[in-house]
Amino acid sequence: MGEYILAAIVEHKPGVLHKVSNMFRKRNFNIESITVGACETGDIARMTITVQGDEATVEQVVKQLQKLVDVIKVSRLEPSRSVVRELALVKVYTADSKAKSDVVNYATIFRGRIVDVSRDSMIIEITGSPTKIDAFVELVKSYGIKEFARTGVVAMSRGLKSLKVEE
Amino acid sequence: MKMSGSRALIESLKKEGVKVIFGIPGGAIMPVYDVLYDEKEIRHILMRHEQCAAHAADGYARAVRGPGVCMATSGPGATNLVTGIANAYMDSSPVIAITGQVATHLIGRDAFQETDIIGITTPITKYNYQVRRVEDIPRIVKEAFYIASTGRPGPVLIDVPRDMQTSVADVDFNVKIDIRGYKPNIEPHPLQVKKAVDILVSSERPIILAGGGVHWSKAYGELLTLAELLMAPVATTFMGKGVIPENHPLALGCIGMHGRIEANKSIMAADAILAVGVRFSDRSTGKVDEFCHDAKIIHIDIDPSEIRKNVPVHLPIVADAKIALKAIIDEMIHRGFKREKSEWIKRIEMLKKECEDSEPSKEITAVNAIKLLRKVLPENAIVATEVGQNQMWASLHFRVLKTGTFISSGGLGTMGFGFPASLGAKVAMPDVPVVDIAGDGSFLMTEQDLATSVVEDIPVIVMILNNSSLGMVAQWQRFFFGRRYSHTDLKGVPDFAKLAEAFGARGVRVNSLNELEQVLREAVKSDVTVVIDVPIPREEDVLPIVPPGKSLKDMIC
Ligand SMILES: Cc1ncc(C[n+]2csc(CCOP(=O)(O)OP(=O)(O)O)c2C)c(N)n1
Repeated sequence: MGEYILAAIVEHKPGVLHKVSNMFRKRNFNIESITVGACETGDIARMTITVQGDEATVEQVVKQLQKLVDVIKVSRLEPSRSVVRELALVKVYTADSKAKSDVVNYATIFRGRIVDVSRDSMIIEITGSPTKIDAFVELVKSYGIKEFARTGVVAMSRGLKSLKVEE
Repeated sequence: MKMSGSRALIESLKKEGVKVIFGIPGGAIMPVYDVLYDEKEIRHILMRHEQCAAHAADGYARAVRGPGVCMATSGPGATNLVTGIANAYMDSSPVIAITGQVATHLIGRDAFQETDIIGITTPITKYNYQVRRVEDIPRIVKEAFYIASTGRPGPVLIDVPRDMQTSVADVDFNVKIDIRGYKPNIEPHPLQVKKAVDILVSSERPIILAGGGVHWSKAYGELLTLAELLMAPVATTFMGKGVIPENHPLALGCIGMHGRIEANKSIMAADAILAVGVRFSDRSTGKVDEFCHDAKIIHIDIDPSEIRKNVPVHLPIVADAKIALKAIIDEMIHRGFKREKSEWIKRIEMLKKECEDSEPSKEITAVNAIKLLRKVLPENAIVATEVGQNQMWASLHFRVLKTGTFISSGGLGTMGFGFPASLGAKVAMPDVPVVDIAGDGSFLMTEQDLATSVVEDIPVIVMILNNSSLGMVAQWQRFFFGRRYSHTDLKGVPDFAKLAEAFGARGVRVNSLNELEQVLREAVKSDVTVVIDVPIPREEDVLPIVPPGKSLKDMIC
């Protein structure tokens, strides 16, 4: 068992996400996370999907994705040869000044940004690999996490190699 | 050209060559039906249940090996199609389903007879569309037919909101389609072809396993040529039944849970398997870990996701069956390879002799009735089946003599499929006798379409093998549940002969094989549907059987 990252270029139109997620459910594949966003041309979107499974399962996932009419291209991203990023917003309870300064310090170390401050809380925006985000959460947990939102990963292979649709 | 969406839909269907639609009208599809009212080029056949409309379109599709069209209203009309669509999906049949839908502004508000048929059919269609602009209709229809009938065929649904049927727009039929995400690969990779030939010519005990894909790509000629060049026996999956005339010396019949002994034994003894257009379903392979693990498997399929889905293979070839087989033949001819009769073939011949069907006795049994049916029917007759023992007896004992004349619900195993499918096939092939080999349980699931067969003048023959029980389930209860017949006794109801007569068809209950023969001979010439009720022993079993979860080697004979 391992975690695999897939990138798919899909038609950017209503119902496509449903068709993709439906396929995962129907084939009994596990999605860890799925992100979707329009591509630069607007008529296509890119999905980044992380799945758990063994080699044979992932081979099937890729083929089943490719089989969907609305999926134009699929590629497997090698984690070691890819840039993998996720963004998280963490609202931390910071009632006393020690908590405030600790959290600001941790945020600085993790290259996070303080994007909201109120009397009793802060929102930190943090970007990086999923493990980096996990580590940050682990550190600030003791102060009390009021709210937490993460995007799921987006990823891209390093170098010139690219997943593009020829026009 | 300015026209309504309904007109655009019908014109688009005509451009795809549609001659027949099986359907039932209702509120949300009425504007389309209004166009059909004086349509001359398309025959609409009014069914009595939408499930039958879908099955009839499926039967039609299988008879012509091309698209079949069904139509229904929104809500219950659409949901009644679902079993038929799922059935077509499992057996890769190019059914086009057109459904009415509530008007666009009502979608999502739980309007009267609104149902999310797109959501419901997403997992059981190759693709589905909801029309959002009248101008899109010609493109959508063209794409739908293209997707349904190319690559691995499959059903496509087009959902048409009511306002899209009534609105008028400037419609252009001169559309070119280019679907970026759908480019089926039909040409085999030349290197893979060479490697396949390497394996085949060096094998001692080659076998061909042919499936439904051979039907859909109409690769009958190539299959036979290759089998004879290689001197390889041909076993089929259930969906592949009839890809080779079953009286051919190299034909072994079906493998699988209710496969023929010679087919199961041969495939388990082979050292190389050329599998073409098959998906290695659990019903075909038996316990998959013990399925031919010593043989080299070459797997030809047009659907890449079938490769290694269920069994490991040595050599995948993603291509159309006909083109791939042709390429393999060409390569063998190029190498000057032609095998003469081998030890292997002698062994197969012996095995076939041992397993030969005995002459029918005088007793009125399912197996005897089926053998008799074969004797009476001309070679080109089309035979459909229901599901259960009747289907497996047909698989085991009805020898298909002309390719592509056997129609049955394999993947979904849908009771009630056979009769409406036989109507669809008869509409496609009006000059050929069409028979539904039925069970009493199955026939009662779709028998209301006897009305269609009578009113629309679609005469078929229904031969009910009547064991007054849900026979296949009862057999499992006998074998695996200590004869505890939980809810499988149908108590001899109804009187099928009277039922048929009530519809204006002919109904006969026969009491001997002689009588059956006589009635069958008349039925073949009848211009009205004939329902023949054949009483068979209640506990007649389908044998052999590979118990569920067991290896093909563990056949109970
Ligand atoms: C729609 C549907 N419901 C239930 C089943 C489960 N099932 C499989 S075979 C069978 C019995 C079929 O009985 P009958 O049509 O009388 O045929 P027989 O087996 O007696 O030949 C049943 C209930 C099914 N395949 N399809």
